[in-house]
Amino acid sequence: MTAGALSVARSAPEYWSEAHEATPPVARGLSLTVRNLTKSFGDNPVLKGLDLFIPAGQFVSIVGKSGCGKSTLLRLLVGLDQPTSGEFWYGAADEKHDKSAVRVMFQEPRLLPWARVLSNVEVGLGRARKEAGARERALETLKGVGLGDRRDEWPSVLSGGQRQRVALARALVSHPQVLAFDEPLGALDALTRISMQNLLEQVWREQGFTALMVTHDVAEAVMLADRVLLIEEGKITLDLRVDIPRPRRRGSAEVAALEGRILDALFKDARVGEDA
Amino acid sequence: MSAGRLQKAADGLVPWLLPLGLLFVWELASQTGLISGRVLPAPSAVVVAGWRLAATGELWVNMGVSGLRALVGLAIGGTFGFVLGLTNGLSKKFERATDTLLQMVRNIPHLALIPLVILWFGIEEAAKIFLVVLGVFFPIYINTLHGIRTVDPQLIEMGRTYGMTKFELFWRVILPGALPSIFVGLRYALGFMWLTLIVAETIAASSGIGYMAMQAREFLLVDVVVLSILIYALLGKLADSTARFLERLCLSWHPAFQSK
Ligand SMILES: Nc1ncnc2c1ncn2[C@@H]1O[C@H](COP(=O)(O)OP(=O)(O)OP(=O)(O)O)[C@@H](O)[C@H]1O
Ligand SMILES: [Mg+2]
Repeated sequence: MTAGALSVARSAPEYWSEAHEATPPVARGLSLTVRNLTKSFGDNPVLKGLDLFIPAGQFVSIVGKSGCGKSTLLRLLVGLDQPTSGEFWYGAADEKHDKSAVRVMFQEPRLLPWARVLSNVEVGLGRARKEAGARERALETLKGVGLGDRRDEWPSVLSGGQRQRVALARALVSHPQVLAFDEPLGALDALTRISMQNLLEQVWREQGFTALMVTHDVAEAVMLADRVLLIEEGKITLDLRVDIPRPRRRGSAEVAALEGRILDALFKDARVGEDA
Repeated sequence: MSAGRLQKAADGLVPWLLPLGLLFVWELASQTGLISGRVLPAPSAVVVAGWRLAATGELWVNMGVSGLRALVGLAIGGTFGFVLGLTNGLSKKFERATDTLLQMVRNIPHLALIPLVILWFGIEEAAKIFLVVLGVFFPIYINTLHGIRTVDPQLIEMGRTYGMTKFELFWRVILPGALPSIFVGLRYALGFMWLTLIVAETIAASSGIGYMAMQAREFLLVDVVVLSILIYALLGKLADSTARFLERLCLSWHPAFQSK
């Protein structure tokens, strides 16, 4: 089966629309359409013609072996790199969006060490930083990630998880419609990861942005996402819907079953001694 | 509580025990004639010489002259070094155009230029200031350039993704990121500043601390020679402490400068 056939546009899982009938006002994400997206570095083709449609507000996890091009894809989609060929757009094809509609968060928090926590969050407001009420908005968002009382600290005194929460607040403060994550929790310990996962899910449900999350952790992908994409050799080779109702339980049989399916797909051609 | 304070005061004294003890032994050795006054005057004699020169005003004039030379040289050379470090750090084109020349000049020890400088400027103020300018230029230039080059590229990328303008990127990301390195450059420059001035003033000057020392040497006033040396040390220490203070002020975010 070709990647194209697997990645046809599909609707959001049913519970999603149900959830939104219950709490209507939040659907503010943007859909994403990707057409034949290609990226090569010199002679090295990394992405070989991706086609993809992500409906507004969907939470999509992207998994794949190291070096398969997950970060490359994400960097293209947030405008940090230019594709070799192909195109993509958010929302309707001819719609224009402010740059602050799409935000990205990396494994490293990338906070300014010389700015206090609150100022770091204000960076996320971009041009709106000088508007009246900017500081209050930043503080509100900082409180939202549970760090309101650390507003005047230097980032260097925070723990890794706290720094990542400040980075999350910075990404959220402009109310983005699309939020991309590149292994946002990759550097955190297991317990901090779990509470950060819960926080991510919570803000996603509150704000309704479209989430694109690259992760190494298949269990994390299944826990959080509506849909898991597997990238192999520059193509999407698995496009799996996760319609386990939320809140999901870590380690439940359904989660484990899906996790197993994805891992099988990842290692289907694994030979003895071959490394991931 | 008072015991704690006493303990603290005692702790503060510890670093001074050795220098004070040494001074005491020196004084004793001089008083008993163990060290000849021709070789090394007693500390008390140096103090007396200082008092004498301070009273006539000679000391203040010479200190002022030396201090002014140092500051003017630092201001000129530092500004040049800083600005060139910035432009070359921010623009590859500029660096390509100027780097070869700068590297060539850098390899000439600036004190080797003294004969040439005397030919050009005689022993006027310009000669000393020119040498100080050369002495402070390179440490500041090189460390500013290095600081800008080593700013975390991830932070710059972050600034771009959050829509910072070039101006904001410079003021909020690049300059603060380069600041620790710039301060290293400043402190090196201060060292070079005094060193250059000492050499220049002892070789070619008609005023200043170095000149005072050379004059005293002619009249065999060893106490004034030692006094001059101590004043240089004091001024050097003062400059370094000021730089440290500024550093602490500007880099309070840096883990190295955070008190618990
Ligand atoms: N700037 C670049 N120049 C040249 N090659 C690059 C560049 N960026 C990425 N690559 C190459 O593209 C391929 C995919 O890299 P990418 O960082 O997207 O992988 P990844 O899936 O994110 O891996 P990981 O899971 O380890 O983060 C790798 O082979 C990498 O060497
Ligand atoms: Mg990656």
